[in-house]
Amino acid sequence: MKTANKTVTATQLVKDALKKAEFFKDYNVFISLNEEAALKRAAEIDERIARGENVGRLAGVPFAAKDNYLVKGTKTTAASHILEPFEAPLNATIIDQLEAEGAIMIGKVNLDSFAHGSSTENSYFGPTLNAVDKTRVAGGSSGGSAVAVALDVVEFTTGSDTGGSIRQPASFNGIYGLKPTYGATSRYGVISMASSLDTDGFLAKSAEDLDLLMSICAHRDEKDLTTLPDFYETSEAKKVQKIGVVKEFDSDVVDPEIRACLKEKCEELKKSGHEIVEIDMPTLKYALAVYYIIQPAEVTSNLSRYDGIRYGFRSENSADLDSLYGNTRNEGFMKENKRRIMIGNFVLSSGFYDAYFLKAAKARTLIIEEYNKAFEKCDVLLTPVSPNPAFKLGEKVGDPIAMYIEDLMSVSINLAGIPGIAIPAGKTKSGLPIGLQILGPRRSDKTIINFAKELA
Amino acid sequence: MEITREDLKHLADLSNFSMSDEELDSLQPDLQKIVGYISELGELNTDGVEPTYQVFEMENVWRDDEIKEMEADREALLDLTTEEKENQIKVPKVL
Repeated sequence: MKTANKTVTATQLVKDALKKAEFFKDYNVFISLNEEAALKRAAEIDERIARGENVGRLAGVPFAAKDNYLVKGTKTTAASHILEPFEAPLNATIIDQLEAEGAIMIGKVNLDSFAHGSSTENSYFGPTLNAVDKTRVAGGSSGGSAVAVALDVVEFTTGSDTGGSIRQPASFNGIYGLKPTYGATSRYGVISMASSLDTDGFLAKSAEDLDLLMSICAHRDEKDLTTLPDFYETSEAKKVQKIGVVKEFDSDVVDPEIRACLKEKCEELKKSGHEIVEIDMPTLKYALAVYYIIQPAEVTSNLSRYDGIRYGFRSENSADLDSLYGNTRNEGFMKENKRRIMIGNFVLSSGFYDAYFLKAAKARTLIIEEYNKAFEKCDVLLTPVSPNPAFKLGEKVGDPIAMYIEDLMSVSINLAGIPGIAIPAGKTKSGLPIGLQILGPRRSDKTIINFAKELA
Repeated sequence: MEITREDLKHLADLSNFSMSDEELDSLQPDLQKIVGYISELGELNTDGVEPTYQVFEMENVWRDDEIKEMEADREALLDLTTEEKENQIKVPKVL
């Protein structure tokens, strides 16, 4: 990662990033730029460097934050209409941690509204275009985060991953994306989607950069009591010898070029002395249904707070309080937000709770057990991230199920709380990036990052 | 199972959405498909399996009951609302 020093100033790094953001404007990556504050911070950092101070491990490094991260004084919209006027009164813990090491937040990047989606087409501010092919989607929900890194506007971005939202856009744009172990990083100040699945992580150009970002951010946070006691920096990377591949993912649902890419990688690994183990995971085929029950249920609860009273958009012309709630929420949420909130209420409502929500919670136990068994037979799993490379804009946005299928191979690790890293692994004949993901047991973040370095 | 107009109306009410009849009708095919898809889970045998609601490994994480300063004070929080009067948030009539 390029940091500032006495010859390359933070001001220059920030100016370059802002210039690139302007140059690539038609990709619709940024929802807002933080130009004035970023330049002011850069000048302060340059002064400190000139005085010979140690500014930190990310001295003057420009980065962008997914627009569901609260950054004090910036608009934080979650790419929604209902939070369009919302200006954050405080910083997310991850933003504080990055800034304490000298990083500079230059702008807020696009996502599917409230992170509901797999293409960034559900944004109130329009879709972000793929960095490699502008007729295709960026992936999602961290689409802006992925394209900002892939176009080299910034060194890294923050993202959030509830069911693949960091890994899938990373793989659609040919970069690295890490979803840490659940609880490894703080969720304080990041807009909640589905609390038992939400994990905050990063998108970057290398596994080395992700390693550095985890050293900085994977810490227990008093403001988020669901953070784990520190483990990242003290853990040892395990030498990866046995690599598992999931038998069920070698099917027609997955694009042949992606399957070929995985097979090729496995052959290379065998040649370099690794062992490839085929693993049966029959319950994984239910993971997507389980996810699309548990996630909307939690979305329903988390999004009930948006009522137009304390902050955000408020509908005009409501005669009484009840119609104010109903109008604000109906005008403020987008179609996919509404589908998820209504499905969440469906699976939780009396008469359906046992058949859907409780059933899914039990199936979640089986999925966790299946992963536990898999990791008795191998050190890590290597799987595709998504069933296909980046698809065309508009191709799936009208069909919710077609869009949900995108998450087929990414959601189960959120249900299990284990970490995964998406790595660039090749290209299709037409030049689209193919990503693979390395998955490990809970707290194996260092092992999978280290293995990603080996594979680079 | 079939998602009827009445079911949709009930779900919209539970969700606090003031939806027109046209909008309710337009959501019907999508919600029907989603419910159809997630219903496939019914074929998985989960007899005798304990449910998992969270994967955090820990329960009842306590902290000391100390008053801490928040980064955002009352004024900053009140600034976020649409209408404010004498340090209170103004809303339309309740009754």
